[in-house]
Amino acid sequence: MLDWTAILETVAPETLLVAVGLLGTLVGAFLKERFARVAFKLGALALFAAAALAVYYWEGGEAFGGLVTTNPFVNFAKAVSFGVAGVALWIADGFFDRHGTLRFEYPLLMLFAAFGMGLTLSASDLMTLYMGVETLSLSSYVLASFHRDSPRSAEAGLKYFVLGALASGLLLYGASLVYGFTGSTNFEEIAGSEMGIGLLFGMVLMISGLAFKVSAAPMHVWTPDVYEGAPTPVVAFFSAAPKMAMMVVFANVMFTLFGEAVDDWQLIIAIISGASMVIGSFGALLQNNIKRLMGYSSIANMGYALVPVAAGADIGAPSLLLFMTIYVIASLGMFAGILMMRRTGGMVEDISELGGLIRSRPVVTLALTAILLSIAGIPPLAGFWAKLDVIQAGMAAGLLPLVIMLVIASVVSCYYYLRVIKVMWFDEPMEEFQSADPSVALTVVVCGLLMFPGLMVFIGVLGGWTDAAAMGLAN
Amino acid sequence: MEVIAFWILAVIVGAAAVFVIAARNPVHSVLWLILSFFTSAALLVLIGAEFLAMLLVVVYVGAVAVLFLFVVMMLDVDFVELKQGTLQYWPFAVLIGLAFFAEIVMVRTVGVGTRLEPSPGADSNAEAIGQVMYTDYLLLFQVAGIILLVAMIGAIVLTLRHRPYAKRQNIARQTARRRADATELVDVTPGKGI
Repeated sequence: MLDWTAILETVAPETLLVAVGLLGTLVGAFLKERFARVAFKLGALALFAAAALAVYYWEGGEAFGGLVTTNPFVNFAKAVSFGVAGVALWIADGFFDRHGTLRFEYPLLMLFAAFGMGLTLSASDLMTLYMGVETLSLSSYVLASFHRDSPRSAEAGLKYFVLGALASGLLLYGASLVYGFTGSTNFEEIAGSEMGIGLLFGMVLMISGLAFKVSAAPMHVWTPDVYEGAPTPVVAFFSAAPKMAMMVVFANVMFTLFGEAVDDWQLIIAIISGASMVIGSFGALLQNNIKRLMGYSSIANMGYALVPVAAGADIGAPSLLLFMTIYVIASLGMFAGILMMRRTGGMVEDISELGGLIRSRPVVTLALTAILLSIAGIPPLAGFWAKLDVIQAGMAAGLLPLVIMLVIASVVSCYYYLRVIKVMWFDEPMEEFQSADPSVALTVVVCGLLMFPGLMVFIGVLGGWTDAAAMGLAN
Repeated sequence: MEVIAFWILAVIVGAAAVFVIAARNPVHSVLWLILSFFTSAALLVLIGAEFLAMLLVVVYVGAVAVLFLFVVMMLDVDFVELKQGTLQYWPFAVLIGLAFFAEIVMVRTVGVGTRLEPSPGADSNAEAIGQVMYTDYLLLFQVAGIILLVAMIGAIVLTLRHRPYAKRQNIARQTARRRADATELVDVTPGKGI
């Protein structure tokens, strides 16, 4: 018989998401377009509720005969990813309404994507891991090409799909090798078996597959194109929720599945991390499209986030959670800001279009400035403390060259963040943007406020949570 | 008896496979392919893997081959033109064929040759698979269903178009229609028309 208590303790948020998703499919089939607007808000509420459930069942558990296991480390990531996914869904309806594509399938796909994230995060078995990744990816491909009549959106979806399928193949091939050489698909049993050349091979392939999902170099090429082509609310989701989830999955796989073999993979992760920083920082220098710029910025930031992964579970876990949380909040705020860039002719995406924004929208400009400075890592904003934490983790693990690269990459990337700020503050004012949806403007301002030094206490609280969450991993 | 059956089936599979690429008419090719699928399924039955045999028929013959047939019949592909210049690929094809053959020989000689027990702890292997699929791997089985649902929703989102000018039957309106709504009695004067 199924142990319902254990299932509830382990995968309650996912159960809720899938139940709402299935119910929404049914209701949508009958109510059709009338259901769309409600579905966006209901879906967002379901995601918030799932985040709350993840916190409620903080300690987690084990269910389905060891196929899924959760602990505070995972539950923290779940809560954050569901939360930001909920915000990304909540602010999306205005955009789709204006483009005439307000359809109830969008929130449903979002719910299933979130379900995939949760399942991957809970995975303690290679098969669960793959199924979760696949649910997330499949929904993401469709979301990326949601504006099917726009060639760029279709192109983004197709590129994402073809490359994503390849990455899934790599992940699966790696997993099959790992299974072949250890005789088990269970994380714990694999972790207990001896490292050999075959297992190492499987591990490298799995790392490649996961690196694609977090858009780390050299599996990053899809990122700028997909970010540019996909509808902006979708990118707001992509750049926040799956990034958080997959980065923690990445860490989880390295820390638990290959936890014994740190020496074997530390260098691999360090190289991926360094390469992402360099490509992300230098690639963004010449971008004029703000979504592409944020795409490169996310590659660089994934590079920074991989430093604590390379540092290992004991040192790196808390700083990884802290860094990723602050990054996804900033990223969400930034994309909410991009959602506001709307003129009579439609959305605009060039950085120059932001010219003189300070005159027409001072509050939003201040918030965006705080967000950009925070991503750049300027003290005393939140992003600085997160980056400092990452650097300390890197130093503690003796990864000095990587830390030096991080600092250099950060300095380089300051240029393009500051350029956006310069355009907003000092350039000739452009025609004013149309008034934004209240929810979008509120998101920008709240995300900006969270970056501000006045709310420094936020970092302290968050730091306490991430430490507590990482403790769960150790036990 | 089994050996005789094996050889007969093996010859049919081989011959059918050759005809798939040798047939001039692409529709014939697909039909040969179906024959080779069927015969492979029979071979699987011979080694005691009924479930796989069943799947092969259901999935490959039932779905994939029919899809091929559709594609071949619907798309007007000029196969004669396609086939031109295939001769230059011969050396490469032979190379790959040899590698494949060597692998099969290696499996038999160097040998991971241990054959697994077809169905441990169950009468048939369909039963054995069913037992784990609906108990140990229940979660994965269900998630696979979700993935298929997502694929279905995705296909609908990306391809379904509501055409306003398409004529659809509305049964309620049809039956609610009275004679008075649709017909009109006109008194036509002779020689003038309506």
